[in-house]
Amino acid sequence: MDEIIQEFLVESYESLDRMDADFVQLEREPDAKAILERVFRDIHTIKGTAGALGFGQLEKVAHAGENLLDSARDGELALDADVISALLAMVDAVRAMLVEIEEHSSDDSVDFGELIERLKAVGSAEGAPEPAAEPAPAAEPEPAPTPAPVAQPAPTPAPEQAAPPEKAAEPEKAAEPANALAAAGAKRSSQVADQTLRVSVDLLEKLMNLVGELVLARNQILQHSNEAEDRDFLATTQRLNLITSELQESVMKARMQPIRNIWNKFPRLVRDIAHACGKQVRVEMEGQDTELDKTLIEAINDPLIHLVRNAVDHGIEPPEVRLASDKPAEGTLLLRAYHQDGQVNIEIRDDGGGIDPDKLRRTAVAKNVISPEQAAALSHQELFKLIFAPGFSTAEKVSNVSGRGVGMDVVRTNIERIGGSIDIQSEVGVGTTIKVEIPLTLAIIPALIVTCGQGRYAIPQVSLLELVRLDADNLADRIETIYNAPVYRLRGNLLPLVFLHHELGLTQADEDVLAEASNKALNIVVLQAAGQQFGLVVDAIIDTEEIVVKPLGQQLNDIAAYAGATIMGDGRVALILDVPGIARNADVLGAQTSDRLVDAERREAAEASSTERALLVRTPDDGRMVMPLSQVSRLEEIPRRRVERTGSSAVVQYRGEILPLVYLSSVLPERRTTPRRADTLEPEVDEQTLQVVVYQRGRYSVGLVVDQILDIVETSLEIQLPSSRPGVLGSIVMDERVTEVLDVEAILEPHVSAA
Amino acid sequence: MQNTTRQLCTFYLGRLFMGVEVTKVLEVIRSTELTPVPLAPDCVSGLINLRGQIVSALDLRRRLSLPDAKEGTDPVNIVLHREEGPVSMLVDDIGDVITLDDSRFESTPQTVLGNVRDVLEGVYKTDTELLLVIDPDRVVDVS
Repeated sequence: MDEIIQEFLVESYESLDRMDADFVQLEREPDAKAILERVFRDIHTIKGTAGALGFGQLEKVAHAGENLLDSARDGELALDADVISALLAMVDAVRAMLVEIEEHSSDDSVDFGELIERLKAVGSAEGAPEPAAEPAPAAEPEPAPTPAPVAQPAPTPAPEQAAPPEKAAEPEKAAEPANALAAAGAKRSSQVADQTLRVSVDLLEKLMNLVGELVLARNQILQHSNEAEDRDFLATTQRLNLITSELQESVMKARMQPIRNIWNKFPRLVRDIAHACGKQVRVEMEGQDTELDKTLIEAINDPLIHLVRNAVDHGIEPPEVRLASDKPAEGTLLLRAYHQDGQVNIEIRDDGGGIDPDKLRRTAVAKNVISPEQAAALSHQELFKLIFAPGFSTAEKVSNVSGRGVGMDVVRTNIERIGGSIDIQSEVGVGTTIKVEIPLTLAIIPALIVTCGQGRYAIPQVSLLELVRLDADNLADRIETIYNAPVYRLRGNLLPLVFLHHELGLTQADEDVLAEASNKALNIVVLQAAGQQFGLVVDAIIDTEEIVVKPLGQQLNDIAAYAGATIMGDGRVALILDVPGIARNADVLGAQTSDRLVDAERREAAEASSTERALLVRTPDDGRMVMPLSQVSRLEEIPRRRVERTGSSAVVQYRGEILPLVYLSSVLPERRTTPRRADTLEPEVDEQTLQVVVYQRGRYSVGLVVDQILDIVETSLEIQLPSSRPGVLGSIVMDERVTEVLDVEAILEPHVSAA
Repeated sequence: MQNTTRQLCTFYLGRLFMGVEVTKVLEVIRSTELTPVPLAPDCVSGLINLRGQIVSALDLRRRLSLPDAKEGTDPVNIVLHREEGPVSMLVDDIGDVITLDDSRFESTPQTVLGNVRDVLEGVYKTDTELLLVIDPDRVVDVS
C-alpha cells in the first residue's frame, strides 16, 4: 500500500481511539476546553489529510464533524448527549471508512449522507427536530464506547465476516450492508497497525541511555580483561564487546533518518493540493540527506505538512494571477534542509504572493487579537508573528484545505515542544520563506574534545576550521596584541584569540596561560561563528568523538557558553561549548560584524525597493541575460538584407542615420561546451530579421544584435556572483534561474568612441 | 474531621532536620562523580550522570545560604523527580522515610526569614524535633 496512505491510516486509527475517549469525557465535562481543542485538531487533521489523499466521502463526514466542533468551540453549541452521540457516530463512520480504505483503497462503498445530514441537523439552530430518519446504520451510536477494547486490535477469528474478500465485495459494493463495515471498524482488523510499532520518545531515549551505560560497563570489563587470564572469560568478553557494539549501532540507526523520509510524500501531497486549488506547483528539494534524529523527524512531520499545505493553498497564486504579475504560471516550492550552528534548519520557500502586512494588521484588529493602537505600532516582522497566534487565520474564505486558524498555532506549539523555533519572512509579490530551526538536542554530532583547567569540553565540529599548535620557542613572536587584544597571524590574516579560561571565568589570567604555554606549547582551536573566525586557546586537545547531545537543566539554561552536555566514554559528564555564544561573550564579532550586519540590512532594504525593469534576452550560448531597460532607447526588428558593411563593421540605415551594429554573439566569447540540442537550435528565431536593441549614446546610436528577446522583467540587478567573463557584470538569480547581467557600457564603449 | 497523612523522605543539613515528600523523590545516591560547571550559579555544584541522563546537582547548603560543609564530607544526592527532568539536591546525610499526620503540620512561622523561608512548604512538629518540609518546585528554581 502507498506509504502515505499507510501512515495516514496508522495516525488516524490512533486519533480515533483518542477521540472516542475524549468525546466521552466531553460529555461529562462539556467545558473542558483543552479536550475540545484536541478533538478538533484531530478531526481537522484527518479531514485535511483525507482531502489531500482524495478520499472525498471521508473528508465530507469529517468536515461535518469539524463544523459541529467548531460551533462548540465558539460556544454556539452545547455538547449535550445528542451532539456527542452524533459525533461518536461520526467517529465510527470514519473508522469504518478507514478499514474500507485499508482493504479496497476507497471510501465510497457506503453512503454516509444521512450521517452528514444528522450532523448538520444537530449543529443547526437550537431545538432542531430530532433526526427523524434512523441514522445511517453504520453510525449506530453507541452511548459510550469505551476506548480500551477499541485500542486493542482484538484478533478477529472470522476475518471473512468482518472483512469480506475483495472479489466478493466488488460486485455488490453498493449493496453491502453498512453494518458489516461498522463491525469491521469496531473489530479493527487493521493490518497496518500491526506492521508498524510506534515507540514513545521516552522509551527510545531510555534505550539509548541504557545502551550508553552498557557501553561503559563493557569498556570497564574490557580493561579488566586485559589483566585476566581465564580463557573462557576472555572469549565471553570478546562476544560481549561485539554484541554491545552492534546493539549500539542498531539503536543509533533506529534513531537517525534522512529528512527524505518525510519529504518523499510532499510532491504527491503538493500535487494533489495544487490540483484541488487549481494551481501549478513544482516542488524542489535540497539537502534530502540531512540526517535527523528519529524523534525529531516524527515531531516535525505534522508541522511540515501543515506548512507545505499552507504554502500551496495560501502562498502560491493561481496561474492566471502569476502570469499577470510576470511570473511563470508554475509556482515553485523549495524545501531546504541543512545543518548550521549545530542546529538543523529547514526552510520552506514559495515564490507566491507573499503576506501583506497591512492585511494582517486589519485581520488581527478585526479578530480582536490586538487593538488598533497595538497594530499600528507593530513592525512587519512582529505582524508576521501574529500568524502563530491561536485562532488567527488570514484566509478570507475557509477552504477545505486550510484556513481555520488552527494550523499555524499547532505548528508552532509542536515545534516549540521539541525546543525549536519558527520564523516567517515574506515580501509581497515575491514569496514567503518559513524557517524552522530545530536544536541538535537528541542528535549525535562529531565533536572535538579539549581540556581547560580541570574540565573537559566538547566543541561541535561544525564550527571547527582547523587546529594550530604553537611551539614554545617562537611563541612570543607569534602572538601580538592590539590594545591588549591578543591576535595571531594565521597565514597573513589576523586571528583574534579568545582564552577559554577567561570565557569560563576560571581564575587563570590570559598572561598566565601564555606564560605557561611558553614552557610547552599553545593550542589554538580555530573556530567560525557568524562568518567571523577566531582562535580559542585551550589547554590541550584530546581527540574527536561522536557525542550525544543532552540538554542542560533549567538552572543552567541561561549560560550562553554551553550548548548542552554529553557523557564521555568514562561515564563522566562533559559540557558542550556553544561557539556562537562564546563568540558573542568574547565580543569577537564586535563592531566589524555589526557594521556588516547593518550593511547587509541596508542592502536588503535597498534591494527591496530597487527592482527595475530589464530586458531578458537569450545569449548565444543558450543562457539568459538581462540588461537594464532604462538605458535602452528602442527595440527594433531589422531585416537581415538591410545590413550593409563599412570596413569591418556591420551597419544599417536607421532613421536617416547609420546605425553601427554590435553582435552580442561576437563580443561575448562563446562558452558553450556541449553542442546545442537539436530541438533548442534557434527555435523561434526568424532567419530573415535581426532583433536589435538600440542604445543612444550622446549623438550616436548603437544597435546591439541579440539572438532573441525573451521578455521584459521586473528584477533587482544586484549582482550575486561576480563575472567570470568580459562583457558581463555578474550573475543574479531571477525566477530561480541564474541570469547574467550585461555590462552595456563595456560592450558599447569601443563602438561609441570609434564613432 | 478526617486525618490525612504524608510520607516524607527526611535528611539532615547542618543542624537542620528536613524532609521532602516521598513521591517527589526519584532516588537517593550516596556518592557520585560531579562535573563542575564554570559560570553556573553558585548553588549549582555541577552535573552528574544518572544512567545516561544529565542531572544538575544543587548544593542545598548554598541554596539556603548556609556555610559550606567541612572539607572531605561526602554529600548525598536526593534526586527529585521533575517534569522537565530530574534535579539532584546535595544534602549532608539521609534520614528515614517517616509518616506524619497532617494535624502536626503548620505553615512556616513569620519569623523564619531569608532563603530558608523561600523554599519551605511548612513545618511538622514531631515528638522530638521540628521537621522543615521543602517545596521542590521552589528549591529547583534558582533564578
